[in-house]
Amino acid sequence: MDESLSFFLSIAPTLLAAVPVTLTLTFFSALIGNTLAVPVAVASLSPNPLLRYPSAFYIFVMRGTPLLAQTYLIYYGLGELLPGTWVQKSFLWPYLRDGFWYAIFAFSLNTAGYTGEILRGAIMAVPKGEIEAARAYGFSKGLIFWRVTLPRAIQICLPTMTGETILLLKATSLASLITVWEVMGTARQIQKVTFRVYEPLIAAGLLYIIMVFILTRLMMLVERRINRHRLAPV
Amino acid sequence: MDQASLFSLLSFGPDGWGMRFVEGLVVTVEVSVSAYAVSLVLGLIGASAKLSSSKIARGIADIYTTLVRALPELLLLLLIYFSGADAIKFVLSLISEDFEDFEVDPFAAAVAALGFIGGAYMTEVMRGAILSIPNGQIEAAKASGMSRFLTLRRVILPQMLRYALPGMGNLWLSATKDSSLISVLGNTQDLLFMGYRASAVTKHYGFFYSVAAILFLAITVISMIVIRLLEARLNRGYK
Repeated sequence: MDESLSFFLSIAPTLLAAVPVTLTLTFFSALIGNTLAVPVAVASLSPNPLLRYPSAFYIFVMRGTPLLAQTYLIYYGLGELLPGTWVQKSFLWPYLRDGFWYAIFAFSLNTAGYTGEILRGAIMAVPKGEIEAARAYGFSKGLIFWRVTLPRAIQICLPTMTGETILLLKATSLASLITVWEVMGTARQIQKVTFRVYEPLIAAGLLYIIMVFILTRLMMLVERRINRHRLAPV
Repeated sequence: MDQASLFSLLSFGPDGWGMRFVEGLVVTVEVSVSAYAVSLVLGLIGASAKLSSSKIARGIADIYTTLVRALPELLLLLLIYFSGADAIKFVLSLISEDFEDFEVDPFAAAVAALGFIGGAYMTEVMRGAILSIPNGQIEAAKASGMSRFLTLRRVILPQMLRYALPGMGNLWLSATKDSSLISVLGNTQDLLFMGYRASAVTKHYGFFYSVAAILFLAITVISMIVIRLLEARLNRGYK
């Protein structure tokens, strides 16, 4: 047991150094994915079939195929297409050889699909009276969306979004399969170097539990802040 | 390479990958069905434990669902895959020394791991479904002199299915997608593994990963149709 503990302590710095990578992956994928989810949700509710059908199809594909297949498709598929094109000569190329950006790209597109569907439901759940009230005040269509529909929809779906963000944090472990050394990938690397099977995985698991716990708390704070007008005055 | 020759790579002949992808599809469905069956059993046990009056049972079930939901599926898969194999080897070595070279079937280990993960989510779905059954019905069963097991079989199970079906359907769709994770274990012959192999051999990564993705979509579409039919059937007494 003592020996195991000292082993844990010896790998801790390496694993902890990978935590920012996991967190950056999660943060950027959530930021880009949730931003993209807004046009996806709006398009899926549009009366125009040229917007509605592509959006519904996008959501269907993102939710109907495994994230790992999407990640491989983007990493290897783009890796096959891009060399030899103008991209190789551009300033972007040094970044595009790194799995990290492909991982963010894949996770963002996936998140856009899942959140798009959630947001779609939330937009439909915004009480009609509030939109009518905004219209009665002479709000333009765009203003109604930005000031009433979207904020209210976000408020409605926030608890679901908390769950989705935790799923995203866990899903970033798939980046280890396209050579990104986040927590999971680093744990597997330690496994290979030290010939220890369990300790690196268990240590990584503990880090994930801590990250999920902190993320849950953070989202609770966000929920409180957004719902602050509903809280009893102190 | 032009389009026609790309598709000839998918032919069903000895040179084509068509048959391999069909085999991969079968393996993926087999793994998903088996893992789903394991998760149904674990879910029922877990839900009973969560609703039981025993503090210990509730505590164990809470730890189970909390841990599984906080850990990445990939990490759990590897952890259970390795530890399951070691545990079985250890037990067998106690029985006899003949089993020293015993190798755990990767298929069984993967199914156990995926089932264990799915079981935690299934626990929550079933717990919610059992709680949705009006208490009066259980009291009525008790008043009619039904034993606890008979109440479970005649009153709780048939009715909870109706409440649990939407969640169970979602979990089935997750199970088919999560089964793609087993491709990281090595020679698993599942759908995503075939995509990996075919693209590595032919260097047509985009094409073969798209083929794998389209086949996953096909599983999803068929599943959604079946789930809708089942929902209509289970709800036939209402509406």
